[in-house]
Parts: sequence; C-alpha cells; structure tokens
Amino acid sequence: MTDKKEKGGRLPISLDLLEMLSRFQQIEFEDVELSFEELELRLSPGMVAAPPSVVPAVPERVKPTSLLEVEFETPLEEYPAQIVEVKLGATRTEGGTRGRSIVIGGEKAPAFYSFLQPTPHRPVIAFDVFDYPKVPLPRAVKMHVREVLEDPAEWAKLCVEKFDAEMVNVHLLTIDPLIEDAPPSAAVKTVESVLQAVDVPIAIGGCGDPKKDLEVFSEIAAATEGERLLFGSVTLDMDIEATAKVIEEHDHTVIAFTSMDVNRARELNRKLYDFISKDRIVMDTTTAALGYGLDYAFTVMERARLAGLKGDPELNHPISSGSTNAWAAREAWMKLGPQWAPRELRGPLWETITAQTLLLAGVDYFMMMHPASVRAVRTMIDSLMSGKHPGEPVEWVSLKV
Amino acid sequence: MPAKELSPIEVYKLLPGTNCKECGETNCMAFAAKLVNREATLQQCPPLLEPKHQRAFDELWALLKPSVRAVEVGIGENKVTLGGEYVVYRHEFTYFNPPAIAIDVSDEMPEEEFVSRIKVAQDFEFEYIGMKLKLDMVAVRSTSNDPATFEAAVRRASEASELPLMLCALNPTVMEHGLATVADRKPLIYAATKGSWREMADLAVMYGCPLVASAPFDLNLLKSLAKTLLEYGVEDIVLDPGTLPDDGLADTLGNFTVLRWAGINEGDELIGFPILGTPITAWAEKAEDPVINEWNEATLAAALITRYADVLVMHSVSGWSLLPQVFLRQNIYTDPRKPVSVESGVRKLGEPTEASPVMLTTNFALTYYTVASDIEAAKVDCYLVVVDTEGISVESAIAGRKMTADTVAEAFKTFKVDDLVKHRKLIIPGRAARISGEIEELTGWDVMVGPLDSSGIPKFLDANWKPEAA
Repeated sequence: MTDKKEKGGRLPISLDLLEMLSRFQQIEFEDVELSFEELELRLSPGMVAAPPSVVPAVPERVKPTSLLEVEFETPLEEYPAQIVEVKLGATRTEGGTRGRSIVIGGEKAPAFYSFLQPTPHRPVIAFDVFDYPKVPLPRAVKMHVREVLEDPAEWAKLCVEKFDAEMVNVHLLTIDPLIEDAPPSAAVKTVESVLQAVDVPIAIGGCGDPKKDLEVFSEIAAATEGERLLFGSVTLDMDIEATAKVIEEHDHTVIAFTSMDVNRARELNRKLYDFISKDRIVMDTTTAALGYGLDYAFTVMERARLAGLKGDPELNHPISSGSTNAWAAREAWMKLGPQWAPRELRGPLWETITAQTLLLAGVDYFMMMHPASVRAVRTMIDSLMSGKHPGEPVEWVSLKV
Repeated sequence: MPAKELSPIEVYKLLPGTNCKECGETNCMAFAAKLVNREATLQQCPPLLEPKHQRAFDELWALLKPSVRAVEVGIGENKVTLGGEYVVYRHEFTYFNPPAIAIDVSDEMPEEEFVSRIKVAQDFEFEYIGMKLKLDMVAVRSTSNDPATFEAAVRRASEASELPLMLCALNPTVMEHGLATVADRKPLIYAATKGSWREMADLAVMYGCPLVASAPFDLNLLKSLAKTLLEYGVEDIVLDPGTLPDDGLADTLGNFTVLRWAGINEGDELIGFPILGTPITAWAEKAEDPVINEWNEATLAAALITRYADVLVMHSVSGWSLLPQVFLRQNIYTDPRKPVSVESGVRKLGEPTEASPVMLTTNFALTYYTVASDIEAAKVDCYLVVVDTEGISVESAIAGRKMTADTVAEAFKTFKVDDLVKHRKLIIPGRAARISGEIEELTGWDVMVGPLDSSGIPKFLDANWKPEAA
C-alpha cells in the first residue's frame, strides 16, 4: 500500500478507510435494498388496552386507596447566552448566486430541549462530493454516484436533484501535494463549475496541507466573492491571520477545526476574532466514529455547547461534524459473519447513529455520505423540529408483530 | 447531592476513623476518596456497619446515594442494575449503569420463533477492546390476555434463559399468573397504570419485585403514580413516560430529558427513578419490508441511549441493528474520568527476535488493543512501539501533531529501539504515511508504510516482509 492516497487527519473524510471499502465484494444481500424513501414511519393510533380485571386487594396498612395526585413541574433552566447565527450561501440580492441561503445556529438552549425553547434553525446536512474520481467510496455509496465520479459538478447536481441535498461539500482532494498537487486555478474551476451546476449553498473542503489549503482557499475566495462559501477548515497550524482575512474580505464563512479539545477550540476561535467577525465561524471539534471515540467527540461538543449557552464568549458557535468519519469504524464496513450481516445495512446505520448522537450534542452542520443515512438523520431532524405532539400512545404490550 | 459537589473531607468526617484497613485502603481518608468517586461502597467498611454507627451510615448514604435510584432486576450473576445515576451530562462525573436491552417475545408466538429470539438475547456477544458486549433481558408480552397462556410462556422463557425477565401484561390477573411462576427470579413488572396501579402494586409488594409506572406522555400522572406507589410500599420503581417515533419523537426525548433533569438537578425524589424506553413502538405500523421497522427502531433506540433510557424493550433481533446499540451504550457509559490510554513503550508480541518486524502505533487504548489483537490473531512475532500521543488515535494524532517525527524519534531513543533488532526497517501505520519521510530523517530507519487498518497487517507482511529484509 503506497502513501500516495494517504490523507492528513484534518480532512473530515477518512479517505484511507474508504480505500478499503472500495475493495468490497459484490453485495451479498440481494433481497433487501435499503430504500431511503421508505425510511419514514407513520403511526396509527394504538390499540385500546383490554380492561383490567380486578385482583382481590391485599389487606393493607395505611396504603393509599386512590391515586395521590401531584403535578410535575418542568424544570425551566435559563441559559443566558445564545449561539451565534451563521449564514451559509448568499442569494442574488445578498451578493451571491445561490437559490437560497441557510442560517444555522442561534440556539438558546441545549439541542432539542423543546420544552425550553424551540430550535431556531434546522441543522443542515451537506453531501460529500469529491473532485477526484479515484476517491475510494463504500460500495453502497458508490452505486449511487458511479456515473458522476468524473465530474464534481454533475455529482453535486445528482445530490441536489436526486437526494434533495440542502448543501454540497466539495472536497478538493486533487490539490493535495501527495495526490495530484493540482494548482489553485484548477480548484477555482472546479468550484465555479459546481456553483454553476447547483444553486444550493456550497462548502469547500481542503486537503489538510496547511500551506496548500491557504493558497487554494485564497484564490477560490477571491473568485467567488460574496457567495458565502463555507471553507473547511482553518486550523491552529495554518496562517490564521491570512486565512481569516481572505474569508472576511471576500464575504465567506469558515470551519474552525480542532482536535477534540475544548481549550484548543477556544484558542482558535480567539485567534480568529482578531480578523474575522464571529458570525462567519462554525467550529468543528472532530468527529470520531461510533466505537472509535464517539464518546469523546460527543462530550467535547456537548461541553462546548453548554459552555457557549452559559456565556463562554469563545465557544458560542454552530458546530460542524464530519459524520462520514463513521465509516472509519471497521464494524461499519467489515465482514463480521452472518450474524451481523448485511453490512450494506450495518454501514449506513453506523453513519446514521454516529450523526444522530452528535445531533443530540448540538451539531448544526453535518458532512455525510450515504443517501440513506442522510435521509434518516433528516427524518429525525424533521420529527424533532415538527412541533408536533404524539397522538394516541401505542399499546405495544399486545402488539402483534 | 449531585456527585460533582461532594468532597472527600465531608465523607471522611463521618467515617469511623479507625484506619483499620479492612476496606482494603491504607486509611479512612483514602477510603473516603474512593467513596466520593463511587469506586467503593459503604458496605466495604465493616466498622460502619455496626449499630453504633447507624446514624453516620444514614448520613453518608444520604450524601452518597445516586439521584436516580438503582433498581435491580433479576438475580445472580445475570442481574442488571437500572439507573443509579448521579449526573445529567456525562462530563460532570460519569454515567454508571448502561441501559439494559430487553428482547421481546410474546405468549402467542410460534414455539420456534419464541425459542430462537430468546437464544439471540442469550447468546448475543461481540468482542470489543477486551470486553464482551451482550444483551441483558427477555421481555415476555401477553398478546393473548389469557392468564394460562401467559403463565406458560413465562415459564418457557424462564427455562430457556437465565437472563432477567420483564413481564409485560396490562391485566393484573394475567400478570399474577405469570409472576407467580418466576417471582423468585425478581422480574421487572410492566406495568402499573392509572387503572391498575393498586393491583399491580399489591403484586409487586407481595413478591418483592420492581414495578414500572406507566403513563405515556402524561408526566403529571407519571409522578402521581410514582408517589402513590411509594406510599403504597413499592420502592423499586421504573418510570415509563412513553416512547414514540416520528411525531412523538420530540416529546419522547423531551420527557426523558426533563425527567432526568428533575431527578438529578432538582432532586425530585418522586422522579429520581430509572426510565424505560420502548423502541418496539416503531413496529406499530408494519412497513412493507420489516427492515424499515428494524431501522426505525434502531435509530429510536440509539436516541434514547443518548438521552437517559435505563432499560429498552426492542423487537429486532438482527445483528446489524443491535450491534450499534451495544457500541453506543458502551461509549456513552464509558467513564470519562479515566484516560483510555495505555502506557507507552515497546511491547513484545509473540516471541520476536533480532530479525522480527518493528511496528509503530499510538497509546490510545482502542488503537492499541485493535492493533495488538490483530497481530496476535495472525501469530506474528514482532515489536510494537507504542508512542505517547496523549491517548488519541493515529489519524487524530497526526492531525493534532501528537505523533510527529520528533515524538517518534524521542520514543525510539527512550525505549532503545535500536538495540532490539539488527535491521533498520520500521513499519508505520498507513494513516501516518504523511510523516514517513521525516521519520526516516530523524530516526535513520527505513520506513515502510503499513496498511491503513491493522487487519491488513498479516497480508502486508506476507507481501512486504521478506526474511532477507531484516
């Protein structure tokens, strides 16, 4: 195995792991094809319970003879601060060319504490798109995008038209000195073609090389001024001043990426504040896969969000998650024997559960890959945002299944 | 009192102060520190159990007891503890008892299905960083509403499995028949409702079994039931606030959250009980393909594991849908106070010689155990150099500059790796390829970039490690 396709870990996509996925055999499980349109369940009113018959009462001491009624008071915790709102994408009237812009953040309470505050803006999911046809993808993903691998613009279009992508995250792998070392001008071209092809807000992912990323981001930012692209990412080992100034000057937004450390996240944000307004910063504290450090990722995000809501002025930013990293878990892709098959379901579920766990920690912006996973997380977001209340409870005890 | 606010001094003052070491600690202060961390229990202090210290014991218990009552279900080594929690957010302290997962069977199920489902619950096992991930309980439901049918099913289930049981019947007469046959196994009774609480409470008291108070989407009723049951003499209560997917999801998660919040942060003793989640409700409407029901149940269960469920009733028995659940609860209930790192240094795997391969990894426990177990499974003799990356994985360590050519070279010097073998060929993780050149420069070793996942090590060695390479 050569190092030619090796990625730095800063990239929110585990390219290396995907390489392994690409070696998969034919799908062994034929009868079930996960159809993401079906991943919704409408509830019917539950069955009525059978009337309970009465058991002869045991003689008692001073036991209550009727229900002792008390009220449950919903605890009303107050959070003094609010998460910053960040607007992604810009319409023509806003100075860009997008069909719509998307606002994330703005929370005044922990994630989906709807008993305290409604969630102000939907968390948004961006589909990952790559500018490198040889990007190794899990078979289950590849079957959806095989026709468009050569053309990121077509790929983006497919995500929008077929999978209703709210956003597209274009990962510029070819600029990596270890891959093709493509020049910034080529990257600009790619981004422009994607902007032409779709009208959703766009995010740009670099290659993880601090110097090359800055070089490429600078040219893209200038060429697409006013589009409010989301650049991922700025890191502590980049020239923060130069990167931030480029983002600010050309009216874009940025993901501030740190490695599972609340203090580092604070430090990076603080350094950015000198050159960039707060409402341009989304923070990414690293996503680890279910089974491979998700507990850290979850807790760092939960801590950061709670600190932000309680008034920490350096942590009150929307949170980004590269939930595609779920595929780094071998249990997401490896053959484990018939008891755990089919992996074609296990993998997308792994990505879904990784993402939805972090959704409950406070994530506002997701990068994801499998259409079924995106669909499932979106369905969960819809349910949580719907403001609806349950109808009749389901009487599951006597449910015939 | 929330655990996070308790100091060892407060506890120490109430201990007998004998420094007798009977607890296994060197003195009472050390024992107090363990108590505060919930790494020891009061029962481990024999002097404290003497009648003259009763008052101190009671005061200590009041200080140390969890805000969410610990409710035991089952007996013997398969017993599960539900609840016993101290904090809302895991970083405030730690969570203690992962939610128990119960697989359901019904009293009208065909024999074969009944037995095979119990077998799944019983035999489910997945090895993960030296642990065995398992399922915990069997829930027997009465769909027949017939006492004799239920009784027979409960008996069959109890004979087929040693796992703790949950008996689900809304009709107290039916419940009584089932319960009488397995009461000595201390099953969880489901459920006391607005209409049946008295009869169910009688059963729970008579047989000494824990009881679920069920009031779906009615927290006033739920709290009223809890209060009534407590007054009635039922101490081991589990709360069922209702579980529904889709339009019910927001309220489901909201209710679980406010219950846990009120029980812990408001110290509401009528609410400080374990919570039951029933993802099985995702089966209420049959999808065209049952895979859809399984999927919906899986995402619902995972959301409830994240949001405070202490016991879950699930219907799917598919490994692909259950595996992420046992992983998730293990992750969320891992003690965040403990570093998940191993010591840095050089490990000998198998019986390495001067010609054996030298490989490199990080001291993140998960990475280390995965790599070590893959190497051991392949019966490869080698040296594994474990670099201190402050307990993070290769990928993150490279990104976060915790694994650099400098730290690798430093490790080589400290651990005298040069003296171990005659050759100078180092195999580094595929994910560390980025720093391969720098490692060569600083260590003077030839670097071979290994596979991206350690499962590829045997194949990699077959292809690349020739005896003459050494």
